Amino acid sequence: MTTRHIVAVLVFSIVAVFFVFSALMIHPFGDPGSPDMDNHIIKNTQTEAGTNNGVTSVVFDYRGFDTLGEATILFTAVAGVMMIFRRKKR
Amino acid sequence: MIYNIPFIAVVVMIFIGLYAVVFRRNLIKMVIGITIIECGVNLFLITLGYREGGVAPIYTSLPKGTRYPSEMVLPVPQALTLTSIVIGVAVLALMLSLVMHIYKHYGTLDVRKIRRLKE
Amino acid sequence: MSEMSKIVRTISNVIFPLITIFGLYVIAHGHLTPGGGFQGGAVVASGCIMLLAAYGSAWAFERIKEKRLTAFESLGAVWFIGVAFLGLFVGGIFFANFLVGLKLFDNFTLFGNIPVVGSTLADINTGGVLPLMNFAVGLKVIAGLFAVVLVMAYASSLKEWKK
Repeated sequence: MTTRHIVAVLVFSIVAVFFVFSALMIHPFGDPGSPDMDNHIIKNTQTEAGTNNGVTSVVFDYRGFDTLGEATILFTAVAGVMMIFRRKKR
Repeated sequence: MIYNIPFIAVVVMIFIGLYAVVFRRNLIKMVIGITIIECGVNLFLITLGYREGGVAPIYTSLPKGTRYPSEMVLPVPQALTLTSIVIGVAVLALMLSLVMHIYKHYGTLDVRKIRRLKE
Repeated sequence: MSEMSKIVRTISNVIFPLITIFGLYVIAHGHLTPGGGFQGGAVVASGCIMLLAAYGSAWAFERIKEKRLTAFESLGAVWFIGVAFLGLFVGGIFFANFLVGLKLFDNFTLFGNIPVVGSTLADINTGGVLPLMNFAVGLKVIAGLFAVVLVMAYASSLKEWKK
């Protein structure tokens, strides 16, 4: 139990107290605060987006720009792995 | 206070992952700790959008007598969690490739022996 | 990795088409049931990785060049962005859903029906632009995940890595 270990445990416990206080002050578990945007999406997803699935219409139609950014991240990860394992030509 | 138990579970998961990153010396154990922190954050996003006694927001063959917007779970946090899971997979692939490259160069996985930047 | 015994190889040959058909079903019905591009792509990629584990990475790396897999992934990305730009030209907004309610010839709509409001049975002709985007993202995920695992499995079995 060196001094470094004691300081690390002390800092961990202070941060844990802050985290637990914040976790107890969010809205209670089954009852979200003001779901106006989600109520509008659930009511109009069959006439505006034309599909039965609410989650897919949010991923590809109401928030399609985030899916475009995620496709870019997949491409960057594959390009990075290919670059690390390249073979030198003799 | 007893009904906020899923949020306390998220805090416990984040602290287990943080303990593995700070107090362990093997590189693979630190990578596993980062993945556990990511799983905790995904769990937090999903449990933000729960409604008591709700069904999935899909209209194909709903159970009988379900009132639409007031008994369905919110769909937006589920879409954000999908994106976060894919980002976690991409980061894990890059981290493991770099750990393999370090092992080939140094011959050891102990973090206290891998400190030189030149050579 | 070296290859596994004959029993494992035979059972992998029998199960692989079933896994592929299930994964393509999850991708294609993404606008009716839970699922979609990312989930179905992960299922098909798991089937391909099972074949790689059964046959050994040296055998697989001779037959599948990784340049073709990266070409497939780029094709998926270009298809996704092409559909988004087509929404800009036809509908006026980037990512517009221009196939909902659009009649091409006399009574033929390409994914253009509008479902009846309320709890309905599944009609695969609905969905607008979403099934096309589902296929593009599914192709991208399959090619990307399989290429990463193939390269890592082959690179860890070369002679200069074993000390």
